[in-house]
Parts: sequence; C-alpha cells; structure tokens
Amino acid sequence: MSLAHRIIPCLDTDGARVVKGVNFVALRDAGDPAVLAARYNADGADELVVLDIAASRDRRPTFLETIRRVAAELAIPLTAGGGIRTLDDARSVVRAGADKVTVNTAAVARPELISELSREFGAQAVVLAIDAKRVNDHWDVMVRGGRESANRDALAWALQGVELGAGEILLTSVDRDGTQLGFDTPLTVVISCAVTVPVIASGGAKLPEHFAQIFSDGAADAALAASIFHDNMQSIRELKRYLAGRNIEVRLPC
Amino acid sequence: MNVTLIDYGAGNVASVERALQRLGAGSQRSHSPECIAKAEALLLPGVGHYAALIRALDERALRAPLLDAIRRGVPFLGVCLGLQALYETSEEAPELTGLRLLPGPVRSLPSTVKLPHMGWNQLKLARSSRLLDGISSDAYFYFAHSFAATNTDGDAVALCNHGSDFAAVIEKENIFAVQFHPEKSAGAGARLLQNFLRIAA
Repeated sequence: MSLAHRIIPCLDTDGARVVKGVNFVALRDAGDPAVLAARYNADGADELVVLDIAASRDRRPTFLETIRRVAAELAIPLTAGGGIRTLDDARSVVRAGADKVTVNTAAVARPELISELSREFGAQAVVLAIDAKRVNDHWDVMVRGGRESANRDALAWALQGVELGAGEILLTSVDRDGTQLGFDTPLTVVISCAVTVPVIASGGAKLPEHFAQIFSDGAADAALAASIFHDNMQSIRELKRYLAGRNIEVRLPC
Repeated sequence: MNVTLIDYGAGNVASVERALQRLGAGSQRSHSPECIAKAEALLLPGVGHYAALIRALDERALRAPLLDAIRRGVPFLGVCLGLQALYETSEEAPELTGLRLLPGPVRSLPSTVKLPHMGWNQLKLARSSRLLDGISSDAYFYFAHSFAATNTDGDAVALCNHGSDFAAVIEKENIFAVQFHPEKSAGAGARLLQNFLRIAA
C-alpha cells in the first residue's frame, strides 16, 4: 500500500475551447473542455489540469465559465491556472470549482504571491508551474509560455517556491514539450529528489514506456500530458493497465 | 432527508454539494447557528488551514450548536479538516482548541516523506466499517493534507499510511469522518457518501 502514481490530462484552453499548440503559433481546436473532462473522468484520470493559454483579462469570465462547466463533470480533483496574478484571481478560480491553482510567470515576477495563496488556500492548493530549459549544466526558468528566460536557476526556484508555500511543482521541460520524445528524465529526477513536495512531470509524452520511465527513473509523483489523450492516441485506462503490469503503482479504474 | 453543509468559506463546499446532488440527495449550505441546530444531518467539509476552520466556527458562533447537535445524535460527517477538527488540538495551530470529541492531537506527518500527502492511496481496514460498506478493500481515495490523527488506537475503523499510520476513517456512534476527500474520489468516494446518506436516513 502506497501512494499511486497519478496520470493527469491537461486541457489548454483559449477561453471556451480546448486548443492544441503547434510551435506556439498555429493553434487548432481540440474540442469542448467539458466533454473532454467527462471522458477523462470516466477513463480513470487521477486529476485534471485546465490552463488558460490566452490568459487575457477580457477573456477571464469565459475561462471561469469553462472551469465551472469542467468542475461539474468531475469526481476527481481539478487544478486551474493561466494568468493568475493576484490573490483575487485565484479566489475566483477556486470559487468557480478548482481545487488547486497553478501560478507561473506572475510568481516569478513576485514570489510572495505563492505565500499569499498558500496562506489563503493551504499549501495543498498551490501548484508552482516551472517551465525549464537546459542551459549548459543547469536548467533555466522560462516565462511567458516558455519563450523568455527569467535568468533564474530552475532548481533554486523550485526550492524557493516550496519554502514560500507551494505544495506541488508542475515541471515542464521546454526542451521536450511537443517533441513526443518522452519526458525529461534528468530534469525531473534532479528537481523531484531535491524538493519535499510532489512533482508532476510534463512535456514530451507519447508512449506508455515514457510514463513508466518518468515514474521509475525520473522519480515523478505524477505525469501530465495533453494531445496524446485528446487525439485518442492513448487511453488512460490502457496506460494504467500497462503501468500496473510493470509493477508501477497506479489506481486502476473500475 | 436533507444534509446541512457547514459553509465556513472552505474551498470544497461546492464539490461536496455537487457530489451529493449526483447521488440525488438534498443539501443546503449554512453558516447560521439556527440552521445547524435544526439540521437532520451535518456535513463539515474543509480543506486548507486548520486555524481557518476553527476560527470560523468560533467567529460565527457555530461551535456550541454543532457540539449540541452531535451530542443529540444527529448524524455527522467530517471531511479532511472536518475530521481533524474533532480532535483536541492540532500542531498546525497549537494555540487553538478543537471540538474535543475525540482524544489526542492532530500531528504533522513525518518529514521523511513528501508533504503534502497528495494523491490516491489505499486503506487498511482495522474493523468493520459502515461507511466503507460495499467498497472494495483495495479501493483508492484522494488525499491532500500534511497533518493527520496519528493516534490510531481509538475510533479509527480504517488507517492509511504515509510516513506513519494515521486515521483515515472514523466511526463513533453518530460521528463519521474521513481524512480523504470522498467528493474527489471517483466511484469509491460516491459510494462512501451514499453509505453516509443511508446511515443518516
């Protein structure tokens, strides 16, 4: 008996629709968030993440409505984020039905945001999203959707984020994101073994073997993917059966 | 039968409400002492900081009517912090006093494991349980907490382990409580809530 490794589908939304980024430019429609949420909930997803990639002020009401619609379909935890800059932003996301909020660029700009959220909602509700890119012998924190370097060491930032009150790290490898070459094992193992909170690995997933590897060699507590689930390339149920067959503890849906 | 959800501003009230709706159960949110005094069944959800829950109970004058209702035998279900509140104290806010319906303190889980204890875990059944009736013994439930009732020799009918054993399911007469979130625990959680509704009916 121990904690199961979590499989987490991620919905990137542009307001009301799920979108799929191709090299950050061409975005194509990948479906209705509530429909996908219901499908993943039934297919054995352990959690769901909804990220508003538009993150623009004027589309905020649409995103909150999306969270409400998604939350109504779920009997599993929901994490929401994208464009959360203030405690009030986070409050409206939680009120709309999110169990956890994720912060990224705004926390890099103003790290105290993490403490403010942690005091209000508890550490278990604060997910620090870190986009990391390899530079020589370390990883840099990237902001603004992975496009801009924050000139900050990813490991140091992860440790500081936990110190400030983050209860979980959502770690995306900018080098692997969109490549489908597998998760970034060296990055994930370094961060996961250094911090005292759970780490969700993200970026690069395609095959079931990639998940097995990130759980065993990467020491990830959870693994997140988007397009392979949306496109029905990979069913969550079958992925979990595969992992269970490799003696990796997962929650098998009934 | 109508469940009164004690609404002190916790994040998971809406999720619990939705979970009960899916089961076809009536519920109402309340933070008034009068409504709690008249409740047929009480549910105390809670997530976040222990101090926020205990302070809210006192600031809204809910402690006395809640204790009174529980002592009269009104079926009560505590979820997460709603379980921790039943004990005497918590290391998360040592200056505050809990509801003192169960003995001992709530303690931090050991730092030898990753905290918060976040995700899906299984239970060890200590004795027969009404809340877990019909639920497979290897079912997973969703946990999200760093503190727990590690004094497990009392009223725990099921334990969980994360660094140390802790009480996962409490059943003591009309007092029921779970450290995990049944409202976020898929089918197993829904069945547990249904069992509580049946017990309370």
